Formats: sequence, structure tokens, C-alpha cells
Amino acid sequence: MTYQSPLGLLFAAILAVGGVFAVPVMAQNGPLRIEIKEGVIEPLPFAVPDFIAENGGAGTFARDIARVIASDLAGTGLFREIPASAHISGVSGFDAPVAYADWKAINTQALITGAVSASGDRIVVKFRLYDIFSGQQMGEGLQFAGTPQSWRRMAHKVADAVYSRITGEGGYFDSRVVYVAESGPKNERAKRLAVMDYDGANVQFLTDSRSIVLAPRFSPTGDRILYTSYQSGFPKIYLMDVASVQSRALGDQPGTMTFAPRFAPNGRTVVFSLEQGGNSDLYTVDTVSGALGRLTNAPSIETAPDYSPDGAQITFESDRSGTQQIYVMGAGGGEPRRISNGPGRYSTPVWSPRGDLIAFTKQHQGRFHIGVMRVDGSEERLLTSSFLDEGPTWSPNGRVIMFSRETAGASGQTSLYSVDITGRNLRPVPIQGAASDPSWSPLLP
Amino acid sequence: MSYAMKAALLIAALGLSACNNPDRFGAGGAGGAGGAGGIDSQNLGGTNDPRSVAYFQQTLGDRVFFGNDQSTLSDEARQTLTGQAQWLQTNTDYALIVEGHADEQGTRQYNLALGARRASAAQNFLMSQGVSESRIRTVSYGKERPVEVCSTEDCYSRNRRAVTVLSVGAGS
Repeated sequence: MTYQSPLGLLFAAILAVGGVFAVPVMAQNGPLRIEIKEGVIEPLPFAVPDFIAENGGAGTFARDIARVIASDLAGTGLFREIPASAHISGVSGFDAPVAYADWKAINTQALITGAVSASGDRIVVKFRLYDIFSGQQMGEGLQFAGTPQSWRRMAHKVADAVYSRITGEGGYFDSRVVYVAESGPKNERAKRLAVMDYDGANVQFLTDSRSIVLAPRFSPTGDRILYTSYQSGFPKIYLMDVASVQSRALGDQPGTMTFAPRFAPNGRTVVFSLEQGGNSDLYTVDTVSGALGRLTNAPSIETAPDYSPDGAQITFESDRSGTQQIYVMGAGGGEPRRISNGPGRYSTPVWSPRGDLIAFTKQHQGRFHIGVMRVDGSEERLLTSSFLDEGPTWSPNGRVIMFSRETAGASGQTSLYSVDITGRNLRPVPIQGAASDPSWSPLLP
Repeated sequence: MSYAMKAALLIAALGLSACNNPDRFGAGGAGGAGGAGGIDSQNLGGTNDPRSVAYFQQTLGDRVFFGNDQSTLSDEARQTLTGQAQWLQTNTDYALIVEGHADEQGTRQYNLALGARRASAAQNFLMSQGVSESRIRTVSYGKERPVEVCSTEDCYSRNRRAVTVLSVGAGS
């Protein structure tokens, strides 16, 4: 962002991740709550009064959109909403002057105002952001238009713009997550692919529950999904087109199991594990030509590969040292270097979209953790701890990690959680029913 | 085995093919969605009939167990598999699928690979005892289909398994 107010500068400084260390956050089972472990960050107070309904059809949108914006911002743990009951003055019109003194009196630092008009199959949402303490608008007003069905996306886009202006970083609210929806007991669990908004809304099922499905992964543009299915009776990789919900097998070799696929940043190459005769190695397949390439050739298990954002390197897990550890090698194969060095088993490495961190699952002394480390393995930090946490995925801006958490015992259930990369703000993603294996899309266009 | 019993087995097997899964006898712990669903073992002959599927499953034992994060066969496992191999040499009508499974202590993809190692270890031993490679397929279920659902070693030790599941059509 080119515009920098005193507010923006202050916040950008707070958000700089380098050197911020968090205590591991212990499991929470209670209601949603924002947990700020360090006194350094005081969530920034903001107000978002109901938007102005500019005509009759816009009434519910005007209120609901403001609520989604508030939920997005407060959900980051970086912002705190000042509720409407505390507001002194309302907003009488989108172009009416802002009563700075009234907002200042209740310690509002950021004020978001907006308006909605509806006509036929189209709604228009516009907003302005004000920096109350410096008494000025922050950035230009913006307007989004779309169908009434996409009202939540427009709310997310407003929240992304506010988040970006105040933090100086990209947003992540207008995004989707593909995951596995689960039902039934542990020994007979039914699994379906599903996709939802990042905040658990708008769930859509992509497969039925006849076949076990595992670990879906979005393409770099979010238009396709890789996953593993037992629909043939044996685990194999499939590629689904999101728009048509049509799938085809990918990289299938007779007598083998294929699993753990991920797209390269080019959106064309896929890296995956192929098992033959009990041994799993890493391969690539070209989604257009079907050409296979072999990357590793070792008697150990090589799996859970993921590309660096520039496509030049691959991180993966291998038990070649005797236990699962994380390695990095060139995208064409070659001698890998081990980067995980602490006690315990390390798995499911995922490269941050910023390129600087690798998120992973760690097992140590009977507990599972989600953690991050630098690409060279240094500065390891554990963000969570529970009976079973696994499978991290990055938000599009590299700020938040979503993962699966499963509880112990016969009635154990799996659900999705998110946590800030500082280890703060651990919270469940509100979804109906059990869920696992999330994969976060890029920001939607 | 009587003609009527064989016919019943074939009918059951034909019914199963609608389940999108290889034709097979018994759930092997991998039933339910994506699995075959149960066949009552009463259809499969008594456990005292040495040519029956029930005898193979229960008297000889259709499964072997593994140590934590291990895929090496114990002496007990070798003994069980030796019995399976001898039975298969006599009962040549059957093909088999060896299912590899893991307990829940591990990440999903790793457990898939580990289950494949276990299935392969059992397959290799059966082959070393004279069972033709063309009769055996393997599949890994990772940690997706535990038979026991508690979260203690007592259950884990029974979930870390390779199950030999019989199906019709040798060498198919």
C-alpha cells in the first residue's frame, strides 16, 4: 500500500513477524475466544455500523455485510470490534461527514462505513475506511458489484481491503478451503470432498460418500483439485475440475498406489508419491501430456511433497534416517538435505506462500504439534499441541495456518482449526459436522 | 465344498462387485464406505471345515500384527502366514488381497505408505512360501479403517495389521 497513515505505520510495525516468538498454545475446547498470549499486541479497536441501505431490497444485505466484515476482522485476533450498543453517533448517509469526536470518545481507531443498493440480479457494495485519531479517510472509497448470492464474497473483499490498508499485507478473507467432510464412527467413517468459504460458510459437497477420499489440494488458481480416492478399490490420484465437478484419474500405473499429490506453481506439473512393492518414492506427472518423471529412488518412504513458491525446490518427508524427517531438494530431484533436527518425528511440510517458512506436523512424546521453521530448518517454533494435530495449510497471505485436530478415543472427532503464525489466536473453524485435511485456495479473483 | 455352497459364494461375490471394490470375502476390517460390507461367515462354511473361508479367517487366522511404526514380520506372524500359504496351495480357486493398516499414531500419508509396507511384507512372505505372485494384490488403508477405536496401545496393537482377504478368481 502506498498510503501510510500513522495508524498504518504503527500496525505494520506490530505485524512484522521477525523475532516474534510465541509460547505454544495449549488445546482449547471451550467456545470461540481470541487468545493473545503476549502483551505486545493490543487488538486494534474498530467500528463497522450497519451499512446504509440505499433502496428497499438492500436492507438485509446492509446489515449482514457489516456483520461479516466485523467477523473477518475480529477473527484475525488483530482487531477488536466496538459493538453498536456503544456507538454514540450513527452514520446517516454514505457521504455524510464523520463525527470524529464521537468515535474518538469511545476509542474507535478505525471506522468502516458503507452502503448497499440492490436492483434485480445485482447488488452494489461500497465502503470507506476512516482513521479516527488522525481525522481522515484512509485510502479511497471502493465499490464492488455482483449477484445477490455473492454478498458474502463482497463483504470479504471489503474486509480484505481494510485489512490490507491497515496492516500493509495482503488479505485472505475472500478465499475458499477444500477439505474432507467426515461422518460416522471411527472404524467406518464416511468421507466426502467438500469446499467452503474460509470461515466455514457456503459448504458445497463435491463427492458422495461411497469411496474414501483423502487430502484434497487446490491448484494455484483454485480451478482444480487433486485428491486421493478409493473409488477403484485402491488408492489413486484424481484431478477434479471445480466448475464442472468432473474428475479423471492422474498418473495411474497398474499395480501401484498413488497418493499425496500437489501442484507445482505452474499449475501443470503435479508431484506425488507412487508406491510399488511396498516402497514409496516421489514422482511428477504432467497433467497435460501424462508424462511421468521419477524424483527419488530410495528404499525408504518418501511422501508429502510440496513445491517452493518459485517452483525451484521441493520439500518432503522421508524416513531414510530411521524416522520421519523433513528434507528439501531441487524440483528435478537430486541429493536432498535434511532440515528438521529437533527430537521427534517431522512430517507434512508445506511451503509458505511468502517462501520464508515451512509449516509441518511434529510428533513428540505422544503429542502432535503444528509448527513452523525457516527453510533451512532454523528457528523452529511449535504453534499448537494436542492429541492429534496434522496437515497444515497456509492462508493466501502466509499469515494463518489451518489444520486438522482429532480428539482421542472411541468417540473421537476431527475438526478444523486455525492459528496465527505467531501461535496466537488458535480457534476452531465453525463447520457443521466433522472435517479434516484442509487445503486453502489462493485469494479469489 | 458343496456345489450349492460354491454357487452361494459366487452369487455373493457378484453382489459385491456393485460395491466398486474387488470381489472379496469378509470385510477384513476395511468395510463400510469404499469397502465391501459384511458377509455373514455362516455363508462361508464352518470353522471346522478346513476348506472353508471361515476356517482360513478364524482357525488359521487371516491377519498378522506389527510393532509400532514397524513392518517386519514377527515369528508369530510368519507362523500365521505359513499356515495361510499352505491353505492357499490346496485351495487354488482363490485370489487374495493383502490389506495393510496402521494405527492412528501418525500422519495420513505416512500411514498410507506404512500400510503398503506391511501389506508388501506379508505378500513377500506368502510368495516365499510358494503362493504365486499373480494371485496376490495389495492395498493400503493407512489409518482409515481401524478395527478397534480406543486410543490406547491395546487397540493400536490390533490396528497395526495386514489382513489377507480372499476373493474368487485365482490369477485374475
